[in-house]
Amino acid sequence: MNLQIRPVLIALRRHKAGTVLIALQIALTLAIVCNALFIIHQRLANLSVVSGVDEADVFVITNQWATDSPTPQVDAQVKADVLALRQLPAVLDATPASGYPLQGGGWDNPVTMTPEQIKPSTDSAVYLGDEHFIDTLGLKLIAGRNFRPDEVTVFGTQQAIYPPTVIVSKALADKLFPDGNALGKGIYPMSPTPTTIIGIVDTLQRQGVDQDSNTYAGQSLIWPLRSADSRGVFYIVRARPGQLADAMREAPKALIALSRQRIFDPQNGIQDYATIRRKAYDSDRGMAILMGIISVVLLAITAAGIVGLTSFWVGQRRKQIGVRRALGARQSDILVYFLTENFLISTAGVVLGAVLAIAFNLWTETRFAMAPMSMTYVGIGVLVLLLLGQGATFAPALRASRVPPVEATRSV
Amino acid sequence: MFAHYFELGLRSLRRNPALTALMVMAIGFGVAASMITYSVFRAVSGNPIPGKSSQLFIPQVDAWGPQQNLANNEPAEALGYIDAMALLRAHAAKRQTMLYQVQLAAMPDGNRDLPLTANGYAVTSDFFSMFDAPFRFGGGWSAQDDDARATDVVISGALNQKLFGGVNSVGRTVDFSGHDYRVVGVLDHWNPRPRFYDLFTGANSFADEPDIYMPFARALDLHMYTAGRNSCRGTISFTNWQAYTQSNCVWITSWVELDSPAEVTRYRDFLTHYAAGQQHAGRFDWAPNVRLRDVVQWMDYEKVVPPESRIALVVALGFFLICLVNTIGLLLAKFMRRAGEIGVRRALGATRGEIYEQYLIEAGTVGLAGGVLGLLLTALGVSGVGILFQPQIARLAHLDASLVGLTLVVAIAATVLAAFYPAWRAARVQPAWQLKSS
Repeated sequence: MNLQIRPVLIALRRHKAGTVLIALQIALTLAIVCNALFIIHQRLANLSVVSGVDEADVFVITNQWATDSPTPQVDAQVKADVLALRQLPAVLDATPASGYPLQGGGWDNPVTMTPEQIKPSTDSAVYLGDEHFIDTLGLKLIAGRNFRPDEVTVFGTQQAIYPPTVIVSKALADKLFPDGNALGKGIYPMSPTPTTIIGIVDTLQRQGVDQDSNTYAGQSLIWPLRSADSRGVFYIVRARPGQLADAMREAPKALIALSRQRIFDPQNGIQDYATIRRKAYDSDRGMAILMGIISVVLLAITAAGIVGLTSFWVGQRRKQIGVRRALGARQSDILVYFLTENFLISTAGVVLGAVLAIAFNLWTETRFAMAPMSMTYVGIGVLVLLLLGQGATFAPALRASRVPPVEATRSV
Repeated sequence: MFAHYFELGLRSLRRNPALTALMVMAIGFGVAASMITYSVFRAVSGNPIPGKSSQLFIPQVDAWGPQQNLANNEPAEALGYIDAMALLRAHAAKRQTMLYQVQLAAMPDGNRDLPLTANGYAVTSDFFSMFDAPFRFGGGWSAQDDDARATDVVISGALNQKLFGGVNSVGRTVDFSGHDYRVVGVLDHWNPRPRFYDLFTGANSFADEPDIYMPFARALDLHMYTAGRNSCRGTISFTNWQAYTQSNCVWITSWVELDSPAEVTRYRDFLTHYAAGQQHAGRFDWAPNVRLRDVVQWMDYEKVVPPESRIALVVALGFFLICLVNTIGLLLAKFMRRAGEIGVRRALGATRGEIYEQYLIEAGTVGLAGGVLGLLLTALGVSGVGILFQPQIARLAHLDASLVGLTLVVAIAATVLAAFYPAWRAARVQPAWQLKSS
């Protein structure tokens, strides 16, 4: 059972059109499937971004104020609200906030190391939080300390207050101080005076989830400020384990009981983290599914096309197969012949396809600022398509191998 | 002859059911994938104001300087208070508006015991005529009202429904966040998507309709901070409204309407002169750096069309191409299988042209069948787009007459195109050869 490449090549010359079509189809399929796999992998990586939040038990209330009140009045209401929330039986802790991780858009400040520096060292998401912020979100404090209650001051509408202390995420600390000695250092996130790092939390994802934010992934800071914006405030609430639904039902009632001058949007006024995460990565998920469907259907269609054309060739060559069998070729020789034929065509196809795949990736790279594709995807794609070609050829080839030698004598 | 060949074509669909099913499925899936992604692409990239998009321009003035500008020394995407007020006072265009997002609440009255959100925009009087906003009742306010800082308000039809049960509410008074406003107009449903006039607050591009539009000057009087995006540079030191308005923070979007290239040139010169004046006065430490983009250029610059829907469109077209290559191969197999039949027809006097015609029409019937399948899959897909893309975008993608027509035409045309080569091969069958060996 030796491979007979030369006779196969000679025979293919008589089926130029079909050969070219199968090779072309394999090439295009490879180009698309490689890039689709690459996109899927990238999107799935986005989907599994760790927020740092205890997502199973945390939910967010978007509280819009109905009246435009002065800051002290808003602050009094916020304090009363948070107190009421913390007293609910299903609630473990609650904190007022100006934004929350994976919010989609939000507040970020460029950070410099000195007040004179004009080009920022990096960019950080800004969270305002009181001494309950870290515990409510379920963040892990890995160095330094949490805010003391007396450190936390009120932050009114569009004010510029720069507290002397700050807690940063590990990602921000590592970016600004690669040597790992961030604790106790002062930084300037748009502030005229330094704000000193007193604590580092392990993971705290940014509010934004767009491409710009991905450049600064995980770089966040928390200032000891209690948000009292006259337009509205977020309440981040952590339910006791297993009591999320109860807490989400009771919390708005408790707040309305305190004051009716507020609005919870019926669509996104009260959201658990599963919802927040789903909304944040909707398009990533959609893209991954779409690419997955397209890849599977594409492979199926290509396989079907190979089956169709090979069957046709087998039908056309029944007589020749009969002659070969009559001259002593075994069934396995016929099977191997067709598999070899497909292998040669597929090889030509995958070579062309690899070139197309890389070209397509280069194009999306320049046009849509996508990352360069690793060659692993091309390798996987080549392997998949070669196997697919062999698999699709197998059934028609098996049928060919069963052509009886007597066929040679028929219909001459 | 067409009817006869068409009938033959339909009959031959049944002859090699497996092969035919393969082709129909390939075309169906290919065309459906292309059409679904196209419908999403069309929804997000459509021109939201086709009649006027080339007359509406967004002036930008560099108030940050080369050190703090966006990438490629692009000036900020909106204006700060100082520049917005200067451009507003200069009134160098036929029509112009300033706008920013505001967030109000309709206070409870006799019928409601809880406040309602009333989010919208602070705009100047030209806003409504510049953007062709359709009124159901009443109209906008006048330029005099702008100057007089009138407490007028234009509300959406939806808010009018909630507050007044849909009746003509012009002249009625509403309490928004503790201040009384007089309704001067009620809009018909009006929500251009993407919301080209406020791309600065990007998250809103495909949001629901705004509830209210109030005079810009009145909003400033009430010290209403923007409810949309606000972007600043350097060290922030303001602590009150006065200081905020004098800061470098940008939050106001400006639009001008310019009817001719000459006016555009004149306005661009005006902007450059303004920036030069600011440089001269010492406020800007850099040469004039201004932009004047029209709606389409602005949407392009702001990258409104999500890159994923563009990539999806390209991938879907590649998918369709593969399906066509597949169809060429299968049609070749299908036609050449009938070489004997062709030989007989040729021997009986059929010309090559007639054979060619017959097989092209037969391919057309395959295309039609594929198109019908494609249409079903497209309908299914378009209704399922919501699973894949943001609901706000998905709602825009829909199956209409033009999409149905396009699906069928693309399916048939593509299949006939794919059949050129196989039909040509069929027409070249040598009659003598076939007759001898069958």
